[in-house]
Amino acid sequence: MSSTTAHSVVEPGRYLRFFAGAVVVVYALVTMIPLVWIFITGFKTPQDSISYPPKVIFEPSLEGYVNLFTTRTRQTPDYMATLPPPETWYDELVRSRQMVIAGPSKFGERFMNSIIIGFGSTFLSVFLGTLAAYAFSRFRIPLADDLLFFILSTRMMPPIAVAIPIFLMYRTVGLSDTHLGMIILYTTVNVSLAVWLLKGFVDEIPREYEEAALIDGYTRFQAFVKVVLPQMATGIAATAIFCLIFAWNEYAFALLLTSGTAQTAPPFIPTIIGEGGLDWPAIGAGVTLFLLPVLVFTILLRKHLLRGITFGAVRK
Amino acid sequence: MGKVSAKPVLFANSIPAQAPMDPEMTNSSASEAVAIGAAKRTPEVIARRVRGLSDRAIAWLFIAPTIVLLLAINVFPLIWTVYLSFTNYKANRAARGVEWVGLDNYRRVLTDSDIWHNMLVTGHFLLWTMTFQVLIGFGLAWLINKNFKGHGVWTTVILLPMMLSPAVVGNFWTFLYQPQIGLFNYIVGFFTGVDPSSFEMIGSVNLAPWAIVIVDTWMWTPYVMLICLAGLRSIPDYIYEAAEVDGAGPLRTFWSITLPMVLPFLMLAVLFRAIENFKMFDLVVELTSGGPGSVTELASINLKREAFEKWRTGLSSAFAIILFVTVFGAANIYVKALNRVKQR
Repeated sequence: MSSTTAHSVVEPGRYLRFFAGAVVVVYALVTMIPLVWIFITGFKTPQDSISYPPKVIFEPSLEGYVNLFTTRTRQTPDYMATLPPPETWYDELVRSRQMVIAGPSKFGERFMNSIIIGFGSTFLSVFLGTLAAYAFSRFRIPLADDLLFFILSTRMMPPIAVAIPIFLMYRTVGLSDTHLGMIILYTTVNVSLAVWLLKGFVDEIPREYEEAALIDGYTRFQAFVKVVLPQMATGIAATAIFCLIFAWNEYAFALLLTSGTAQTAPPFIPTIIGEGGLDWPAIGAGVTLFLLPVLVFTILLRKHLLRGITFGAVRK
Repeated sequence: MGKVSAKPVLFANSIPAQAPMDPEMTNSSASEAVAIGAAKRTPEVIARRVRGLSDRAIAWLFIAPTIVLLLAINVFPLIWTVYLSFTNYKANRAARGVEWVGLDNYRRVLTDSDIWHNMLVTGHFLLWTMTFQVLIGFGLAWLINKNFKGHGVWTTVILLPMMLSPAVVGNFWTFLYQPQIGLFNYIVGFFTGVDPSSFEMIGSVNLAPWAIVIVDTWMWTPYVMLICLAGLRSIPDYIYEAAEVDGAGPLRTFWSITLPMVLPFLMLAVLFRAIENFKMFDLVVELTSGGPGSVTELASINLKREAFEKWRTGLSSAFAIILFVTVFGAANIYVKALNRVKQR
């Protein structure tokens, strides 16, 4: 191969390779700017966050995080003088703004809801998905292809279209704004992804393993539990992370079907209001805490990303 | 994605045979992929001899819960929506009698100029997001496929935005788009010399449709890129070598080998993205909530208004069914085209 093979994947030329690297690195850096910006905004004071020109160098402050987790009330200097000295650093920080902490904010609660609903629905959809995927992969099921297609087509509905009857249904059976209702709904949405992804993973496990186990006197069920399941571990973990990320990120259903008790973080974060407009550092802090787990999971998942985002249609 | 040596282990099994819209092909290709010929030859005797539940019973036991769940939370509500679409039901006045209005709701939806406006806005959004994402996504994939040092790490960095919550992304982009203090305006101002406070991405009728296109492109280009990259990596080296032996220049090679072989992947990426963007709600609602006026009011946003603000449950059910049929029909036609491309 000589330097003329510029367009060959076999051996790109040196300059082309350098140029390609440079462009991709620049793109990657530019694409990170919004994320980095919201991250550092979380460590600014409200004044710094809205300064012009935008401040890149500033004195870091935890005010955004304190504001995110507390509700505060403004007090008169006279009242402030009567208070005993602040006990904690966050008390002190809030008092330096002529305010006192009135109590915890709802963010912790909403974050907890995201965790409960996310993990609950992930567990259920992976459980159901594993069983169904195994059956679809190993047994001859009448109309299997139609069933699989039906399972997938449920994803094509616009979420608002699904939300109309679900709203009426949940109102009738008393599941509106409950954790259980949201877990059931997210499980339903995720189970299609789980079945399709996991079927791909089961398909890749040679049948000989189970057949050997069956000959050894295992029942079908034992063979599934003791032979196939351990082989599926990676696939199950990857699928679980995809389900978790979906449930974590979901907004439309959460907005329309929850209002308080079971509301998750996505509809809540944009409503964080400070004095005189949106409290950007607190929003930055909330966004950072909310996105961080997803970023970590994405990096863990990178080998399976392709499969996950295409429902197993493209594998590497 | 990580390693330089990452190769498509199962490229033969990539989309060509595994497109999910194409169920009749999945079984054969799947077994092909794992290359187990023995699979279908499982002796019936073994199956019958095992103690415990029969395979048939296990199969149904394993599938039933999923099917029951989907019937209860997906199919039943869908049928209910179809029923509601023929009535004048209002969810906030449940006590009021429900009247059968026939096709009235459908006629009203299809003759409503606001809804046609929403479809135009959705079309504009779809057209431009797809164009930008395909061009940038394919370009990036092509560059990454040059396997420069450290491409694995940078690829992972590029992929990050697509896994985030669209609503939260929309929310923090409103901060970047602030006319004076926003970083986006500042950077644009810095490079073009325009006063950063002289334009409003979200507040202006001319710019708002582009504001949503930019954010969606920022977020979802990695998606198209990742699928294109899989396509590029599925092209075996010997084809390029053969082309070189035949004296094909770089342009010719790109045009006659690279592009056609990536096309099925690219089309699959566009299919998934287009379905998602046709349903688009969360990102745009948080970003512009359809405004200013209704210049960024996508179909789903208006559907939400009709259903959950004006409480016209019957009408919005008809609207929802029309949207569903549209996306379903368009996807089916597209998949036919996709199959034709892959068979070439």
